[in-house]
Amino acid sequence: MLEALQYDFMRNALAAGLLAALACGVVGVYVVVKRIVFISGGIAHTSFGGIGLGYFLGINPIIGALFFSVGSGLAIGGITRRTRLPEDTTIGILWAMGMALGVVLIALTPGYAPDLMSYLFGNILTVPSSDLMLMLVLDLVILGTVVAFYKEYLVLSFDEEYARAVGIPVERLYLLLLALIALTVVVLIRVVGMILVIALLTFPAAMARQFTHRMRTMMLLSVTFGAVFTMGGLWLSYLLRLPSGATIVLLAGVALTLTLALKRLRSSG
Amino acid sequence: MSHRPVIELHDVWVSYGPIPALEAIDLVVQSDDFLGVIGPNGGGKSTLLKVILGLVSPDRGRVLVLGEPPERSRSAVGYVSQRPFFNSDFPASVWDVTLMGRCGVKGMLRSYDAHDRTLAEEALRTVGMLRTADKQIGQLSGGEQQRVFIARALAAKPAILLLDEPLASIDPTMQTEFYEMLQKLRREVAIIMVSHDVGAVSVHVDTIACLNRQLYHHGAAELTQEVLEATYQCPVQLITHGPVPHRVLKEH
Repeated sequence: MLEALQYDFMRNALAAGLLAALACGVVGVYVVVKRIVFISGGIAHTSFGGIGLGYFLGINPIIGALFFSVGSGLAIGGITRRTRLPEDTTIGILWAMGMALGVVLIALTPGYAPDLMSYLFGNILTVPSSDLMLMLVLDLVILGTVVAFYKEYLVLSFDEEYARAVGIPVERLYLLLLALIALTVVVLIRVVGMILVIALLTFPAAMARQFTHRMRTMMLLSVTFGAVFTMGGLWLSYLLRLPSGATIVLLAGVALTLTLALKRLRSSG
Repeated sequence: MSHRPVIELHDVWVSYGPIPALEAIDLVVQSDDFLGVIGPNGGGKSTLLKVILGLVSPDRGRVLVLGEPPERSRSAVGYVSQRPFFNSDFPASVWDVTLMGRCGVKGMLRSYDAHDRTLAEEALRTVGMLRTADKQIGQLSGGEQQRVFIARALAAKPAILLLDEPLASIDPTMQTEFYEMLQKLRREVAIIMVSHDVGAVSVHVDTIACLNRQLYHHGAAELTQEVLEATYQCPVQLITHGPVPHRVLKEH
């Protein structure tokens, strides 16, 4: 592994893994405790429409994904809070429409769509430096927002009715949270791909929850686990010549399953 | 504690679409009041609290809380809801939950300081839950959680405390203890307690309001059969608590 570090692409891969861990570790805690895993899945899949648009317009597909994921996050939040359409129906509609739009736009794009697979399933080894910069900026935005509204988000995710009663702008902060999830999706797309994003948004946080009942500690642990999974997965995929995104997800999944099983054994025995 | 009006409702009407919830409510609560609000389910008890919190705006009428519109005085109103909706595995300790009470007072973009922590600690001590500060909130019993939610409300140093069915999650054997705690609290804060337990409420509060869309009675906590029947719109069996328990049963 160490000799691999002399390569630029390997250093970029490490940086991408750490930047991804930071975003998914922090935002994943909200996804898990607020039980909005399915919403996050919807946001991630809708972003495929943006990737298609990127190919179609000849711009960086990540930029297309950025607009589509933020748009779908705000749409899911806005529609479910202002209409009578059930939340899961809304998510289902956006999820499928986003994917379908992406497929159609890619079909309309002349020629072959290069590295389409890396957007779907991630390829941490091919993250260009320009995307690293974007990931860094998004990380800063996400962290800054969470630090600024940490106490409001704690109240809001604990009990929305109470948050409203003490005058916290619940609606706006919730939409902002969905936008943060959308940004996190964009940070993660290059690493594990849009289909597997949901894994990094839930596994590290769910595992962290097994070791603490304080939210701040949970975020720190979750970021740490996220980093261990991306680094470990990268190393395993390098060693075994496996696709990196899927290896990272499987490693995280095994770790989470083992943690839950051990905890169960300990509490029953 | 001074005696001044903290809540004033003048001719307040509220409806949810075509369904009327409150009609022509006139109610004044003083700063040293301990008011019990009773009435049947769907009689508008929770709506009344939401009007005071500024979460529901009336179709007609005027609401003043501490002389201001309710949305402006939220930070001076402590609210304990009937059954807070939270996941029992939510990662927050009793201490975290109590500090949440300071959130609305503190305002956005500012973090809690030593003063906030002092008030949270005092509040937890008042409800007798300081020793559980490090426990995860979901591990407490319903009654203990209720105390913590009251502490959360008290941490904001409110002038008014609104309790929506506080006894719903409390073990009957703990109810006396709970009322003793409220008796202590009422020296510092005006309390409005919503309940459907007519008997228990009328013994512990000093004024009572009977609500079934309209306000049928507001005054001393001595209820007559007529008032209760008007409120509940059916024959009521009045059971009075006292040194010699006896029940008054009328033919119906």
